[in-house]
Formats: sequence, structure tokens, C-alpha cells
Amino acid sequence: MLLKIEKRSEPSKVMVYMTPIIALVLTILTSIVLFELLGVNPMEALYQFFIAPLDTEYEFSELFVKATPLILCAIGLSVCFRANVWNIGAEGQLTMGAIVGSSLFIYFPETDSFLMLPAMIILGAVGGAAWAAIPAFLKTRFNANEILTSLMLVYVAILVLSVLVHGHWRDPSGFNFPESRTFSESADMPILVSGTRMHFGTVLALLAVLGAWIMMSKTLIGFQVKVIGAAPVAGAYAGFSQKKIIWFTLVFGGAMAGVAGLSEVSGPIDQVLPSISPGYGFTAIIVAFLGRLHPVGIFFASLLMALTYLGGETAQINLGLPVAVTGVFQGMVLFFLLASDVLVNYRFRLNTVRKAVS
Amino acid sequence: MSGFEWIVPVILTVITAATPLVFAGIGELVTEKSGVLNLGVEGMMLMGAVAGFVTATVTGNYFLAVLVAAFAGAVMAFLFGILTLSLMANQVATGLALTLFGVGLSALMGQSFVGEPVDPLSKLNIAGLSDIPFVGPILFGQDGLVYLSFVLVAGVSWFLYKTKAGLILRAVGDSHDAAHSIGYSVIGIRYLAVMFGGAMSGIGGAYLSLAYTPMWAENMTAGRGWIALALIVFATWKPGLVMVGAYMFGGITILQLHAQAAGLSVPSQVLSMLPYLATIIVLVMISKDQSRIRKHAPACIGKIFHPAA
Repeated sequence: MLLKIEKRSEPSKVMVYMTPIIALVLTILTSIVLFELLGVNPMEALYQFFIAPLDTEYEFSELFVKATPLILCAIGLSVCFRANVWNIGAEGQLTMGAIVGSSLFIYFPETDSFLMLPAMIILGAVGGAAWAAIPAFLKTRFNANEILTSLMLVYVAILVLSVLVHGHWRDPSGFNFPESRTFSESADMPILVSGTRMHFGTVLALLAVLGAWIMMSKTLIGFQVKVIGAAPVAGAYAGFSQKKIIWFTLVFGGAMAGVAGLSEVSGPIDQVLPSISPGYGFTAIIVAFLGRLHPVGIFFASLLMALTYLGGETAQINLGLPVAVTGVFQGMVLFFLLASDVLVNYRFRLNTVRKAVS
Repeated sequence: MSGFEWIVPVILTVITAATPLVFAGIGELVTEKSGVLNLGVEGMMLMGAVAGFVTATVTGNYFLAVLVAAFAGAVMAFLFGILTLSLMANQVATGLALTLFGVGLSALMGQSFVGEPVDPLSKLNIAGLSDIPFVGPILFGQDGLVYLSFVLVAGVSWFLYKTKAGLILRAVGDSHDAAHSIGYSVIGIRYLAVMFGGAMSGIGGAYLSLAYTPMWAENMTAGRGWIALALIVFATWKPGLVMVGAYMFGGITILQLHAQAAGLSVPSQVLSMLPYLATIIVLVMISKDQSRIRKHAPACIGKIFHPAA
């Protein structure tokens, strides 16, 4: 082979920050080809995807509406991934958080108290955490693979939601549509900027970024998570319990996703519907990696992925492009990121003269 | 005899529900035996499903459709190979990426085909034999892919345990360093195993869109790729047991459909949860005994190979 891949003695710090940018450039170049194939002017499509959605103040605020659940889910997932706990069921935990959180309003719709929303947020976190506790229990007690159990529970959670919305959660005055009644004001996320849909959930997301940052860099539990993830044997010698970390990361990740779910139903959706997320829990996996599993990185990666959701909608309206382009785009970003990550730990060398010398 | 006639259609539907899992499961088994964990089965199945469906509607040639589906799955697997084998990316993350990408790309490709009907894969019909009551339709009235799935299981068992090539493949999966030092191309062999897995997942997906429910819908695999992954753990990496597991899951899927049709007083969604819950229960039962998993799982599974020299 002409090119040789050589292990670096230490992971490259520069490349850790460079590869997301390389991945984006490669994604954009590939999507130019894709747009060409779909018979759309690539420059026009890129404009519709990345610039047009930010034209007005309202659309700019929508960026935060879409980024909020992504930030919350991805913060939770990043802590799991740091510990090598592969929770891929954030979508289910999000759904369960929405169910448990909104149950308070559904069963006590008349209650008008300023405590309503805080209680719902806490219940949302509890619901998501409880759903994530199932894979944690099955992993620590029975050694069952958390990837598969957490994913199976996504389907179960969505079906539970469907049972409720088609069943006795249906709005009594809703003409039999599978929808709950719309949330009362005390169950609604307060709007941050009037005239937009930007809501209090964004504040929660920013708090999560800050909290996770402090937790991972300043606290013992954050340190334990990192050690168990990077060197489980060393962690065991230090007396860190792997089981405890599995429990902690999954419950934390579930709680974050649960809050995301609740903030969707009591924020932009304002009622419980059979479908409450366009796959935020899965896109959050991409966000977590693109943000380098770092809270601040996740914040920016979420905005970017939120932009692809908005861009997908704009491109659909203005160019008639299928919405599925968004999914392809998101998948490509992760692909190219993982591919270019080889540069973090390895370097490419021309395989020529050196051989003779060594 | 009368009173038992319902059994035949039930068995027939169990077979159609199990066959996609057999293909995807056996393909992924070969991949895993070579020491590679590809979590992208769901994405590869979806690509196979859409590629097969589009080819069948455009050309009407089902043989070609299945070939194209296998090719689509193999191309996806090749991408996975480039990332994990050549660029040494994390296999778990890359597998997830493959699934997310496959979900998006298949939705894009199938956009204009949603809701279009297609004739289901034709079934074998041997005058005389297929009309024998009871055994006739079961033994002699299946479509070609069902027979192929049985041949596949037998062939893969034979290949893995009775041929030298199979031994080499298992050696690569159990100790890549040893295999490398004897002079086998670890990366080359893994590429082949990964692409075989992709091709089989593609056919499994095509079975869904051409035979099980002859149509295309976004995300129509509904987690079957993940169930196939669970089946391999359940089967402790043995081809015959993968098939047993696939038929068990086919049985559960069909049972819940029949229970829904019979109008049980349980909401239909609760019954739809059964295959997913069963997967979890089966995983728990098998994984409980950790030493059994350790004994059977390929030792190098998920590990990155980078020759020191």
C-alpha cells in the first residue's frame, strides 16, 4: 500500500477539534453530489438548507426550539458513552418522560398552581430515569446487553404512548381524535420571547450543559465515569464500582431524555399526541459524537442538527425536496466524523523510503 | 382433519415472518464469527428492502430484485468495513451510524414508491405435491427465498465447521493476532465476512418488502435488524439455533397478529409489544450465564485490529 496508517504516540488534540469540521466539509461536498442526483441546483439547495432557515427572528428562535430536546438527550447520552455504556434508547426514555410528566396534568387538569410545571418536569425526569433503569438493572443483574434492551424499550414506550392516547387519555371533547386535551397555562412551558415558540425548556437545556460540564470536570462521580470508560481495570483497582457507574449513567441519561420529552409536550406540542418526536433521541446520538461528548461541543452540535431539521422543512417547501434528506444528511455527518476520527489516534504516512532505513 | 385447517395458514405465516430474521441473523453471525460486530443490520435491511422493492416494481424481475437487494446490503456493509476495518473506527458507533444513515437513505430512495403495490414473490407450485393436504403447502408451496434460507443455514454451518476456509474465518474472529502472524489477511477476510453479512441482511430486508408485506414503507423493518442481533446472542453463535430463534420470533409475531384479529380485550398495541418484550426476556435468560456467553462468543468481537508491524 502506498499509504500507511501509523499509530500516534498520543492522541492529537488538534485533530479532536478539527475532525468535526472535516466531517462537515465532507458532508457538504457529498450532499452537493446528492442534490445534483436529485435534480436540484446544489447551491440553491445548500442555501435553503443552511441560510434560509435563519432569515427571520422567528426562524432563528425555532432553532432553539428544535435544539432543546437534542441538547438534553445528547447531554445524557454523552455521559453514558463516556462510561462506555451504550444507551441508544433515548427516544424511548424521552417518550416515557413525556408520558409520566404529563400524567399529572391529564389526571388533574383543573389544578391551577405554580407548582404544576415544576412537578411535571420532575416527574418527566423520573419517568425517563425509570425507563433507563430497566436496561441498567438487566445489565448489572443479568449482564444483558444494554444496546439491545434500551433499543427494544423504545418500541415498547412508543406503543405505551399509543395505548394511552388512543385510550383513556383521549380528549373527551376531541371528536375521538387520538389526542389529549391541550395543556392548561399552568402546565405549559413559559415562553421566553413573546411572538416565538422559544420556551423555558431551553433554559433547562442550558442548565444541563452547565451542570454536566461541572459534573464531568469537577466532581468525583464525573471522574469515575471517565476512568471506568477509558480504563475499566484501572477503575476497578481504584475501587470504583462499574455497576454503580452503569446505574448512574443510565439513570442520568434517562432523566435528561425524560425532561426533553416533557418539555416537548408541554412546550411546542402543548398536548399529548401519538407521535411526539421526529427521532430526537436517535439524532442525539449523532449530536453527542459530533460534540465530542463534551457539553459545550454538544450545545453547538445541537444547533447544527436543529438547523438540518429546519433546513429540511424549508427545502421541502421551496424546492420540493423530500424531508428524508435531513436523515441522510445527519447520517452522513456521523459517518464522516467517525471516518475522519482516525486522524486523532493515527497518522497517514507515505509508505516509501522509510522502510529501508528501519 | 377438519378443525385443524387453521394450522396450515398459521404455519405458513410463521415461515414468512421468520425468514427475514433467518437471513439477517445468519449473515450477521458470519460477520460476528470473523470478530466484527456490525450493529447496522437494521440499516442494511432497510436498504435491501427499498432496493429490492424498487427493482421489482421497475423491472418486474424478482430474481434481479433479490440480487440488487443483496448488492445494496453489501455496499452498506462495505462502507462499514471502510470505517471500522481500514480506518479503525469504533464498531459500535459506526454500526449505529450505518443504521441511522440507512433509515434516512432508504426513506429518500423509496419516497415515490410509498403505497405502491407489488405482486408478492411467487410460490412454488408443483402439481400434485403442493396439493397434498397439510404437508403439501408447507413443504412444497413456499417461495424460493424460504428454501434458500434453509440452504443458507445448512451451508453456513458446513462452511464454518467443516471447511478450512471456515476454520480460518473463526481463527480470525478468535485471535486476530495469531491469524495475522500465520500470514492470513485479517482485514481482507473480515471485509468478506462483513459484506456477506450485508448481502444477507439485504435479502432479509427484500423478503419483507417483496413477500411478508409486499409494499414499501419508511422504517418498515420495525426493529427486526435489532432482533436479529439479539437472536445471535440467544443462539450462542450457532447457525442452527439462530434459525430456531428466528422461527420462535416468527411464531410470537404471528401469534400476536392472530390474537389481535381474534379481538382479545387487550389493546392491540399491548400485543404488538410482545416481540420486543420477548427479545428482552430471551436476552436476559441467555446472558444470565456469563460463562456460557464467554465460551461461545468470538473472542475478538468488536476489537480493532491494527498490525503492529
